[in-house]
Amino acid sequence: MDIVVPVKMVPDLVEELEVNAEGTDLDRSVMKLRINEFDEHAVEEALGLKGRHGARVTVLAVDTGDVDETLFTCLAKGADRAVKITGDFQNGVSSHTMAAVLAKVIAGMPHDLILAGVQAADDRDGQVGVLLGATMGLPHVSVVTGVEPAGDKAVSVRQEYAGGLVAELEVDLPAVLGIQAARQAPRYAPVSKVRQIMKTAKLEAIAAPAVDAGAGSTVRRLAKPEVAGRAEFIEGSPEEVAERLYAILTERGLVK
Amino acid sequence: MLNDVAVVLEHMEGVLAEVSFEMLAKGRELARASGGRLVAVLPGHGVRNLVDELGAADVVTLVEHEALAHYTPEAYVRALAAALTALEPRAALVASSSMGLDQAGALSVRLGWPLCAYCRDAHLDGDGLSAVSQIYGGKLLAEAVVQGAHAICAMLPGAAQAAEGRAPGTPAVEMISPPDLVALPVRFKRLIRPEAGDVDITRESVLVSVGRGIQSQDNIPLLEELAHALGGALSASRPIVDQGWLPKTRQVGKSGLSVKPKLYVAVGISGAPEHIEGMRGAELILAINTDPGAPIFDVAHYGVVSDLFDVLPLLTEKIKSRA
Repeated sequence: MDIVVPVKMVPDLVEELEVNAEGTDLDRSVMKLRINEFDEHAVEEALGLKGRHGARVTVLAVDTGDVDETLFTCLAKGADRAVKITGDFQNGVSSHTMAAVLAKVIAGMPHDLILAGVQAADDRDGQVGVLLGATMGLPHVSVVTGVEPAGDKAVSVRQEYAGGLVAELEVDLPAVLGIQAARQAPRYAPVSKVRQIMKTAKLEAIAAPAVDAGAGSTVRRLAKPEVAGRAEFIEGSPEEVAERLYAILTERGLVK
Repeated sequence: MLNDVAVVLEHMEGVLAEVSFEMLAKGRELARASGGRLVAVLPGHGVRNLVDELGAADVVTLVEHEALAHYTPEAYVRALAAALTALEPRAALVASSSMGLDQAGALSVRLGWPLCAYCRDAHLDGDGLSAVSQIYGGKLLAEAVVQGAHAICAMLPGAAQAAEGRAPGTPAVEMISPPDLVALPVRFKRLIRPEAGDVDITRESVLVSVGRGIQSQDNIPLLEELAHALGGALSASRPIVDQGWLPKTRQVGKSGLSVKPKLYVAVGISGAPEHIEGMRGAELILAINTDPGAPIFDVAHYGVVSDLFDVLPLLTEKIKSRA
């Protein structure tokens, strides 16, 4: 089975996000990027399937900056092939555009199963996986937590809904799945192994094909929510804060 | 018609989701601005009885087919694409839910309509349609002007008051001929109900909930001790469950459980929208996080900017020594 995993880089939300002078986009010059955490789960699910059933795993990334180390890390974890899609993407790329680019690239390589992270923190115009599925005319399921082969031409997947309800669905291949969580926590690749791979392996590069797809909307204002700070902040030494918290809980009868 | 507003309803096991009524409330606002009808789009099989709950809509478009008896993405997307093609609404509101994630993106590509995801709000005025998307884990809001005559907005839960989307009366029903729903590539097999866990977090009156900020599984006992001292239980946000540190039955949020305890102590939880959706109804919310900008502080009543090791062990001791 050939599994393709498109991964994307997103701003590290642990860092402070700066908005540009126009107030319409992030200030990308100061941004720290990391792999979308759901994409890490998609990679893990692919490698898990490879381990249990055998598969060839190809990881793809549109080069929005800082993708090399991410792709090498995927190789270190056990991916068979890592492809960087190059082009002018340094100022970000809409989900519709990314999906259109990926659709053309993936169409040119073997693909039985495409695993994408279910969503990302920046996909304002939709989630790449579902857009990719629709663009390629392939079936798609979002919010998937378990994938197992069901014969040669289908997979059995679990789709999660609110309240812990889960449906088991059978999906004909090829298909695109939006992975919510892998069966296991994403594996870790030691830095030494990534370094070694960087010396011995090479990333493939494919120039992005021209596409005619965009978000269909334009951001006129990007800003922090104004409702912020409803919480009353409790300050002081740890002892003082603990004392105050204890008083709040006691007043409300929550400590008996 | 070109100025109608369509709301794609979501239902599971014969019950309309709360977000459906919220979208009807928001849809009414938009329809008032556009001068069109508010059309509720109801795909399913044997769901005509739900029309009685849809008094807020001007008309219900019922897409009835046995292939829609259980939710599957492909069948619902085909059915909805046919309905929306016939309706040609100015805007279609879809829930930002598991089903909505399937539907909104696929409809956007198939119909060629722009999509705004994670919408907190949507407006129609002289400048056209605009939508406010909550992105970057709830840290930023992006207000966008949407091009074209039609658009899809994926609405987050809580964007409007559900009560305003409930009204008496039974609107007129229009049937849309079921499209070609044969040879479907996605097939429903079975529904799996959540297993009863060791603890039912929806019934606990006190929850100490842990997130990525606790950094290591080794820190869980420290917080379990606080939960026990408070006579409550430990719950978690999604990353903790994905890591396998706590079972799925403890997960609060969109893909987990909704909880309404008397006290919710959020430790190291940044407050992604998906999490807040599941706990905003708690009576008292206390949040502890090292990041003062964490969105959890927007819903918390009391906030402490701190490391979990500084304050919480002291609090646990105080509670224990009292008991």
